[in-house]
Amino acid sequence: MDADLLTYSLNFVTGQGGAYSTEKIIALKTSFEILKQKYKFQRVLLWGKIMAMKNIYYIAQGRGQDELADRKYLYSFDCMNWFLLPSITDSMIQQVAANARGPFRGEPSFVYPARTRHGDEDKGAGLVATEEMRLAVTVKQIDEEVSVVPRGAFIKTGDLVQLNRSFGGLSKAEGKSLDNYMHFREPKSIKKEGVQKRGDWCPSFDFLDVLSDDVPKGSWSLQWESDDKVYILSSLLWLGLAFYHVPTTPHHGYIYFGDGQKNVHLAHMI
Amino acid sequence: MEERPENAVDTFEKMSLELKEDSLKITESTLRDLPDPSAAAAELEQQRLLFSPPADTTVNEELEETALSNVNKTAFYLEEAGVGLSRQEMQKIFLALRQLVEQEKPQQCRLWGKILGTESNYIVAETPHEEEVEQELSTEEQTEEEMENVDEEKDPLPRSVYTRPPVAPKEAAGTGANKFVYYVCNKPGQAWVRLPSVSPAQIAVARQINRFFTGRLDSVVLSYPPFPGNEANYLRAQIARISAGTQISPFDFYQLIEKESDEENEALLNNYEINADFEGISASEMVKDMANWVHHAYHILPQGRCTWVNLAANLDTEEEDEEANEPEPEVGPPILTAVSHDAEMFDCPPWSSWLSSTLTPHYALAVLRSVLWPGAYACAHAKEFVNIYIGRGLKCVGEEYSPPLPPPPQEEYPIGSEVTEELDPQVEEEQALSLEGQQEASEGTVESEEDDEDEDDD
Repeated sequence: MDADLLTYSLNFVTGQGGAYSTEKIIALKTSFEILKQKYKFQRVLLWGKIMAMKNIYYIAQGRGQDELADRKYLYSFDCMNWFLLPSITDSMIQQVAANARGPFRGEPSFVYPARTRHGDEDKGAGLVATEEMRLAVTVKQIDEEVSVVPRGAFIKTGDLVQLNRSFGGLSKAEGKSLDNYMHFREPKSIKKEGVQKRGDWCPSFDFLDVLSDDVPKGSWSLQWESDDKVYILSSLLWLGLAFYHVPTTPHHGYIYFGDGQKNVHLAHMI
Repeated sequence: MEERPENAVDTFEKMSLELKEDSLKITESTLRDLPDPSAAAAELEQQRLLFSPPADTTVNEELEETALSNVNKTAFYLEEAGVGLSRQEMQKIFLALRQLVEQEKPQQCRLWGKILGTESNYIVAETPHEEEVEQELSTEEQTEEEMENVDEEKDPLPRSVYTRPPVAPKEAAGTGANKFVYYVCNKPGQAWVRLPSVSPAQIAVARQINRFFTGRLDSVVLSYPPFPGNEANYLRAQIARISAGTQISPFDFYQLIEKESDEENEALLNNYEINADFEGISASEMVKDMANWVHHAYHILPQGRCTWVNLAANLDTEEEDEEANEPEPEVGPPILTAVSHDAEMFDCPPWSSWLSSTLTPHYALAVLRSVLWPGAYACAHAKEFVNIYIGRGLKCVGEEYSPPLPPPPQEEYPIGSEVTEELDPQVEEEQALSLEGQQEASEGTVESEEDDEDEDDD
């Protein structure tokens, strides 16, 4: 969610429950400018907030030259003082997956008690997961699994992924189909044939994975808000992620508001 | 170019003229389309009606109390707290609640919250129960076991010995889980639908299942154990559970009404009323100490009701061990218990709290968020408080949840010697048996049964 259009865009997604008080909005606008200058970001986006036991983590995302590859995450408690989240390594993912359980506690230095399992004692020795690591891994995971952009919003020129300045938005009919929304992550899907059969397939637009390929099939809830003329996509896999797009305009964005826990029981619930 | 006509320039000129004429032709046919009254037009009409002026246009000189709660104030508090819906949406909901009040004329009307579904959402309004005959909107299951026509003479078919376990009766309207009546609509402007009252069986099953809402009140809830009702009943059951678990207020805001102690009516629930002498607690105190908050909704017992009913007492049993099988009465925390007594789950306190503003703490609100029911919030400031729910309507089940498995298939008939297939005895065995029979017959005992058996064993 772009910092410049914060008030306008937040209006759409608060239907899912997450609001920002006026105090926080003005703090965000000011601190994002500071972050832009400090870290030399091209754009700073509000990623969302994760509700922990004692605190609320506000997460921001800074984008560099390449929108897909140059992404850094920062967190804050008061929307003014931001701390950089560590970059992810495979061992970090393993440690977090092994140990972190339950809700987020609210202290970045909290160490999750190691869970001992049979046969894992040798591997488990010495692996600790701190809340900061868990935060970094969770934010990255959410972006990997449920980030959404409309088709055509980003173009790939050469190796660089950039904003498409002449993106006119999806039409109202196009917005109804999940084929026109894509995950904003390194493409994983091997099913290229289905995508290439599109009449208007274009390699600079269609380089990302499409939402309609997600399993299970009902994991997205697409709703049309007729008062604001906006499509809202909410994820049922990570409860709290909401994406909005106003058709025939280039306005789109996604934001997360939740407790940072994946809905592993999705298959039973649909 | 292949033909090489003589007047190439003329032909070319003709073609170019035709092309230019084409672009000037009027392509409209004489048939005109009728304007299509689409669904969008109907919806716009509904939205317009939201803004119609009130029916009762007499201006009240005195500041009378109105049934409508001040949703604008609620919207302000929620926005400061960082939860809730946008101001515009809340304003629309305010107008829709106004319509509800004009239609149904309840004593009070409060916005309970919003439940998100996969296809559309529900906006829920809460009104206290009025003294009127309640219409049953849901279909009650009435199945009676039919008596089979039996040939009484020979070979009676096996009778089923299954007796349906007694079902706990619904709580009377206006008490317990049915204290309030809920109205829902999908969008502000649409007609409000009254939800049916909830039965203990529905609450009991709702506790075991974990399904998303679709947004259509008549859709079927596919689950195991099978839910007795459709989505309207499921919604009502979840609303009852959420209210019971998360409606909290500052300590001493409500006080118990003194009632005469009546031993027979111990099962009746204590009622509460607003305490006119409530002083208000500072926000920082409310955030730090959970004992400053109390539940003001009745706790639902495992039976599915707020007051326990002894089902065994209703049966006419002639068994002597009635006392041994007497179920223990279920007890739950009484009303106005402090929130600090709430059980912890997943090693975490069940409520998380924060101040709405750290920069201006003097005017800040105290905000509480439920971990068990993600989406339930309570905010308090000075002498006022707000409860709201905005979420999916589901409890936090934790990682180790797995849905209940169906039971093993029932036996069709009792396994006994009459129905089990046995091997026919071998010739040697038969001979040995008949030899024994002869021996015993010669000893003088009458073994006519064995002879009969031998004959019947053909």
